Amino acid sequence: MKKDTEYRWLRLQFALAPVYFLAPAFLLFAVFVLWPIVQSIWISFHEWSGFGAKAWVGLANYRELFGDPDFHISMANNVRWLVLMLLAPVGGLFVALFLNQNVRGIRTIKSLFFFPFVINLVVIGLIFSWFYNPDLGLLAEIFRLFGLEPIPILADENLATYGVILANLWPQTAYCMILYLTGLTSMNAQVIEAGRIDGAHGWSMLWNVILPQLRGASFIAVVVTVIGALRSFDLIAIMTAGGPWGTTNVLAYMMYQESLFNFRMGYGASIAVILFLIMTVFITFFLRSVVRNERG
Amino acid sequence: MFPTPIERTSKPTQVIYRVALYLLLAAWLLPMIAILVTSIRGNADIIAGNYWGWPTEFRFFQNYGEVFNPARSPMLRYFINSVVITLPAVFFAIFFSAMAGYTLAIHRFRGRILLYAMFIAGNFVPFQILMIPVRTLFANMDLLDTLLALIIFHTAFQIGFATFFLRNFIADLPMALVESARIEGATEMGVFFRVIVPLIRPALASLGVLLFTFVWNDFFWALTLVQSDRARPITFGLQALRGQWSISWNLISAGSVIAAIPSVIVFFLLQKQFIAGLTFGAVKE
Repeated sequence: MKKDTEYRWLRLQFALAPVYFLAPAFLLFAVFVLWPIVQSIWISFHEWSGFGAKAWVGLANYRELFGDPDFHISMANNVRWLVLMLLAPVGGLFVALFLNQNVRGIRTIKSLFFFPFVINLVVIGLIFSWFYNPDLGLLAEIFRLFGLEPIPILADENLATYGVILANLWPQTAYCMILYLTGLTSMNAQVIEAGRIDGAHGWSMLWNVILPQLRGASFIAVVVTVIGALRSFDLIAIMTAGGPWGTTNVLAYMMYQESLFNFRMGYGASIAVILFLIMTVFITFFLRSVVRNERG
Repeated sequence: MFPTPIERTSKPTQVIYRVALYLLLAAWLLPMIAILVTSIRGNADIIAGNYWGWPTEFRFFQNYGEVFNPARSPMLRYFINSVVITLPAVFFAIFFSAMAGYTLAIHRFRGRILLYAMFIAGNFVPFQILMIPVRTLFANMDLLDTLLALIIFHTAFQIGFATFFLRNFIADLPMALVESARIEGATEMGVFFRVIVPLIRPALASLGVLLFTFVWNDFFWALTLVQSDRARPITFGLQALRGQWSISWNLISAGSVIAAIPSVIVFFLLQKQFIAGLTFGAVKE
């Protein structure tokens, strides 16, 4: 009899295991990540100051958004970020190839190359703002060295965005570099030797033998860089606050301003929804590969 | 090995490689070197505009003392806030994710791939799509501007990445160990704590370091969920102090060094785990 209840208890706890093992993680994730997405979409169909009642306005926020010049600037900047940040995987690959040697002290050198990635973007933003400062920055010193008038990069409406992107390329390249270094060190040496015997070297070797083996690293480097580029917020907040005259704005920062400074939660939410939809494309791309690995 | 190992090349090439290596390293780290040096400069250098030359005086203790002096700046407060936010958030995120990762990896139930995909996808969404509802929710709970709000949110958000990470790690473990524990009558909780947790210790270390830097370096949520010094972490605090210190770049630099140092220390101490965590999946396929 006792044996029987014990057996039943064991079966029950086994059958219910997914429920109680998942409960805390799922509840937290659902309340603070999943449900807020649904709520934001709902809010985007309303006019709301953040206090009091919401007024249903249908697609009015989206209609206004598509005609808003700030939105066009932000979108264009998001595209600039997306394209230029892809220099990070490329740069990371070349730095990794350069560092993939067995000289003395290389381990320390590799980690020194990597560590910008660990530093928070507030500090990186401060450092680069200071670099670009036309009165006391290093860039200004270099300009003066050549007898040129320093350019106030972050105050220049045509250059400011590129200045901010450059600051972000620094840690992102470090990250891509480490992905490629790991890929290079775990690479099949026999394939490389076989390639050498077949007469491949230099570029042809890189293109035909090495890069195909680095597919996994490239995939992660590109996906993470693209998602990071679309998420860019911190550096803009620190370095330019969207200025000069809104020319460095991106969707993420515009959303923050509209919601928390102009108290237009509905309008802000509609910007967030657009950003979310754009990112969903890349997230889906990543998920497909993960799920395929799972099944295959 | 690719490129061709340098020791197989001629002597001059080897020397050129060495020199190029150190020059590139110096250029790469120039921003870091600049703030380290500036953080110990005296006011005379700052007033004279000597930002890039050799310091005329070394004021390590004065500058860092000034930044850390509670009577002069709230930096110490911010630092403590960051610690109080980061450690529990990392601990709980890992704990809950290890449980979720275990069941997602081991138990066969309907919808498990969907749940797994959901954790991964959630980890990548833009923060802005969460901002208004999360802020409203904390306001309703009367938790805006508290450390607890940041702890809860970071725990919840990091669960996405942590579950993805640990599920994959657990799925690669030999199932025989789990089976034999079950045959001996262990409950699933027993299997989890006595078999799984000891086996995933290396993964927990990797994940711990990664999450530590993610949470420590957060700026956005500090900016949106906090209004006053009592809950401000160091990233947001540094940005706030920048106005107060204005052109005292030696103090801003010292503050930056302090804000950056915990993640840097964690990284250098647990480098192997950190990189293993960051690159997992990059070599698969």
